Amino acid sequence: MEKLISILFIYILVDNFVLQRFFGICPFLGVSRKMETAMGMGMAVVFVITISTLVTWLIHYQILVPLELEFLQLVTFILVIAGMVQLVETFLRKASPTLYQGLGIYLPLITTNCAVLAVALLAVRQGFTLLESVIFGIAASLGFWMALVIMSGIRERLELARVPAPLRGTAITLITAGILSLAFMGFRGMLTL
Amino acid sequence: MKNSYLADITRGIFQENPTFRLVLGMCPTLAVTVLLKNGLGMGLAVVAVLTCSNLVISSLRRFIPEQVRIPCYIVIIATFVTIVEMVLQAFVPTLYAALGVFVPLIVVNCIILGRAEAFAGKQPVLRSLCDGIGSGLGFTLGLLLLSLVREIFGNGTILAETNYAVQLFGLNFEPMRLFAQPAGAFIALGLLLALTNMIFKRLQID
Repeated sequence: MEKLISILFIYILVDNFVLQRFFGICPFLGVSRKMETAMGMGMAVVFVITISTLVTWLIHYQILVPLELEFLQLVTFILVIAGMVQLVETFLRKASPTLYQGLGIYLPLITTNCAVLAVALLAVRQGFTLLESVIFGIAASLGFWMALVIMSGIRERLELARVPAPLRGTAITLITAGILSLAFMGFRGMLTL
Repeated sequence: MKNSYLADITRGIFQENPTFRLVLGMCPTLAVTVLLKNGLGMGLAVVAVLTCSNLVISSLRRFIPEQVRIPCYIVIIATFVTIVEMVLQAFVPTLYAALGVFVPLIVVNCIILGRAEAFAGKQPVLRSLCDGIGSGLGFTLGLLLLSLVREIFGNGTILAETNYAVQLFGLNFEPMRLFAQPAGAFIALGLLLALTNMIFKRLQID
């Protein structure tokens, strides 16, 4: 139980997936312009990561390990993730067309969001149990969501600021992310596994 | 004809540089560039995967159905990444350990899928090969520049942990540890991006 709680806090605050570990930078830079899309993207990522971690963990330990097919890990994991993303896309198109419009091209891009594959791979590499893996997935994706929402809040204000021409666009966003990451360094060492 | 092959290579390095112009593949760019050696290793791994995957995808472009092309591309890419991972693990285990989970994550590097979708899926084999080499080298160039800056400021060395290590500032030098930290990676890349924006504007390429 203690381990589960520390996994939760470590991957949300101490070892934040975006700001400390650099997973999922592309969507972090791409969809953090508006708070609304950031919320939607964050939710979609939480959903995809949690389910895909559950499925990939089961596939690894129930199918690949008994058959000694571990070298197929990467191929199977990425296919499962691509399938999951397709599922979420179909679901959202029916359930919430406005959110589907808002997420636009970024929804299929969750497949190439390295945070998703990273969680699946790290859960196996660090030898987490099934429950720990799921908690790890939830924590990592909540951390991603939080970073995305904080960033979109800052960027909405940045729109109104006068930024020097060469820094406009991605450059200033990266520097902002750097300062945000600096702030999160304050959590370092608070908890360890 | 020769010129167009050369153009395919240089386009990926300069006009459409993945790091500085397209801003793709940021995760490995930020994560592995603490030392020049890691940046170079990552860059070359991506060159290998990108060249092979462009080659195979372009050769198979008439056989891959339009609707399921993305899963097909991903399987091809994942195969080559698995091969590169095994080669690294066998021949350069220290580099493999330093790059960590970012080696398998080459699969989801947007540059590779991006080139497959935008170029290799439509163009002839030799041009796709040149495009793969060019984009790969462009990405390597980005990694080298960023890791050079981060290693000089964050560690005070060039090519540390290799046979060619150079200690730059003498023994009393206190390195700016920030540049070896995640926060420094973001800031250094942001400043490099601003610098290249200025250069490209001066050269009127935009």
